[in-house]
Amino acid sequence: MATATTFITRGRRVVSSVSRRRFSSSCQNAIQQQQEEKSQPGGGKSLNLYSAINQALHIALETDSRAYVFGEDVSFGGVFRCTTGLADRFGKSRVFNTPLCEQGIVGFGIGLAAMGNRAIAEIQFADYIFPAFDQIVNEAAKFRYRSGNQFNCGGCLLILFIELDEISCDSAGLTIRAPYGAVGHGGHYHSQSPEAFFCHVPGIKVSFFLRELVVIPRSPRQAKGLLLSCIRDPNPVVFFEPKWLYRLSVEEVPEDDYMLPLSEAEVIREGSDITLVGWGAQLSIMEQACIDAEKDGISCELIDLKTLIPWDKETVEVSVKKTGRLLISHEAPVTGGFGAEIAASILDRCFLRVITSCRLLLCLFLSMKKSSLERMLVQPSNHGVPHQRE
Amino acid sequence: MAFASDSDDEQALDFPGGMVSYTSEMRFISESQEKRIPCYRVLDDNGEIINGSDLEPGTSVSKEVAVKMYNDMVTLQMMDNIFYEAQRQGRISFYLTSMGEEAISIASAAALSTEDYILPQYREPGVLLWRGFTIQEFANQLFGNKADYGKGRQMPIHYGSNKLNYITISSPIATQLPQAVGVAYSLKMDKKDACVVTYTGDGGTSEGDFHAALNFAAVTDAPVVFICRNNGWAISTNVSEQFRSDGVVVKGQAYGVRSIRVDGNDALAVYSAIHSARKMAISEQRPVLVEALTYRVGHHSTSDDSTNYCKAIQAAEKTEKPPVSDLFSDVYDVPPSNLREQENQLRETINKYPQDYPSDVPV
Repeated sequence: MATATTFITRGRRVVSSVSRRRFSSSCQNAIQQQQEEKSQPGGGKSLNLYSAINQALHIALETDSRAYVFGEDVSFGGVFRCTTGLADRFGKSRVFNTPLCEQGIVGFGIGLAAMGNRAIAEIQFADYIFPAFDQIVNEAAKFRYRSGNQFNCGGCLLILFIELDEISCDSAGLTIRAPYGAVGHGGHYHSQSPEAFFCHVPGIKVSFFLRELVVIPRSPRQAKGLLLSCIRDPNPVVFFEPKWLYRLSVEEVPEDDYMLPLSEAEVIREGSDITLVGWGAQLSIMEQACIDAEKDGISCELIDLKTLIPWDKETVEVSVKKTGRLLISHEAPVTGGFGAEIAASILDRCFLRVITSCRLLLCLFLSMKKSSLERMLVQPSNHGVPHQRE
Repeated sequence: MAFASDSDDEQALDFPGGMVSYTSEMRFISESQEKRIPCYRVLDDNGEIINGSDLEPGTSVSKEVAVKMYNDMVTLQMMDNIFYEAQRQGRISFYLTSMGEEAISIASAAALSTEDYILPQYREPGVLLWRGFTIQEFANQLFGNKADYGKGRQMPIHYGSNKLNYITISSPIATQLPQAVGVAYSLKMDKKDACVVTYTGDGGTSEGDFHAALNFAAVTDAPVVFICRNNGWAISTNVSEQFRSDGVVVKGQAYGVRSIRVDGNDALAVYSAIHSARKMAISEQRPVLVEALTYRVGHHSTSDDSTNYCKAIQAAEKTEKPPVSDLFSDVYDVPPSNLREQENQLRETINKYPQDYPSDVPV
């Protein structure tokens, strides 16, 4: 945990921060650390997801005096308690309420980030992110590209690392956090999964620098590490948090400052008969489905995609070439969903290796989350899952 | 009401935001003031300084600055003429002039420090010009060539310069306004002796981002100066179809933002107002809204034609057209034989095929 210790003890901001925030090396450190954690389970306190997010925000503000957290009702701790204690500890100028206006929140965040700050904006519910759609799609995502890299809102300030006389990259940027998904009683406006909209921003593949990341964590440990990576990533990031799991999901979370790599999928369960791909809260449903299928002799490989744009095609491709079958499940509506993008890409890459066609097992309506998946997984079909459970 | 009290008007409600007094008189606030907010100016119609005009105390425009302002305004107009013609010739795909609005961008730029950040809309190339952006640099962007700082990615007129603190223009209207508040908040936190100046037009004030920005700026006490160029038209839409308020200046007070209306064609008034606004923004850490009344002499852009909505032109169109004979007269002192021949041919053709010629042109 040497790396993590370095993150927490901070000296002079500019020079010392460089060694910690050089993103590529930090990512590698994070990967190493992740592996260490896997080999040493139980390293940390038992935390639920919102507390892990809260811990990540504490670390982000602690380790960077240019980090700001703002949004509707964040001062008193936020409606989901993710920002509890931040205003008391870091002051009202760094953690503050904004007017009830999403386009203002994101627009403000872009300007703040453009000045070399880490702007961490909260949209209270993903369902209410749409007033900010223009600021995210037309402004944040294109800020660097349109200026010929003269300006950015997810930036890379060149800082001279005096001691080693080397130039390094100190990233500032905009992170937009938003709780998403159904909890069972939210109705239409507290349950949506709008990630696909943000995966379709035109021009996103034009330049490496233009990428707008969409990241969704599945567990407290993941949430903390991924959020810290997002905050420190030199690009604007939309970070969707599964509110269903805020209190439900509990695990040991290291107290240290650590980051998990973005755009790297993770095989969270190995199998040989079929590849299942998902992200966020849906993974817990899929994990249960894998267990159920195993009882029927079906070996499922489960992949957490984590980052949707840019997504880790290689990990999915390797898995599908092994199993020959692909099943994608997400909470968002089926038409134009990101599952279709994955299916099309993998079919393109693995056309001769896919034994049967891809299956998209998706929620048709909010409250059908659990039942729809189970029903569909066990339903007879021509090409999908290799065997029927019943 | 069943209860009567003489002292009701003396009581007050302690409500978040301050004390609110009670009144037993039911009175709605009027939708408009009796008189429109006056327009601050320093120069009279003839360009002479008005005696006793309130040029900001302590602000004197040096001869050097005055000459540079004049020089840059002329340069801007020349530049507009040339680039406009270049567009008409098909050499560039698009252009947008500042004609009639030169004083706003040039005089506001003159009143600022180069440390102040600019978040422009698109009719403020004058700020760049003032700060030293060269005609060649403008041309590079317009032609989208290799030397364009924007790498040729955007349409013409989407300038940007990091070394001049001029954040690259984007096409969506008013999106820069809430961003300006974020930039200003950063300057505030860094305790910089600088502010942000952001521009929009009268049409831009209808966008949600305008309202978001004013409200955010007020709540965060951000050192930002909003300059609205109110030229009366958003492409073809008149302000009467844009809003029913007394222009833009009155919108500031509703958000708790100090505001002024200024004659945008009076360079000294703009200079003085922006100089004061900047000082208040920085020393008092507050936003200021400046509405500059101006007149768009040119078309909105090359993608529209202002003749259709210029009242004077509409009136002119109703007047009878000149006769065919005027087509050939005054080319020389007396029409030569070839022109007379052509005139005869034309009359014969019109007589033969009258349906193919404009009926409102007297033959």
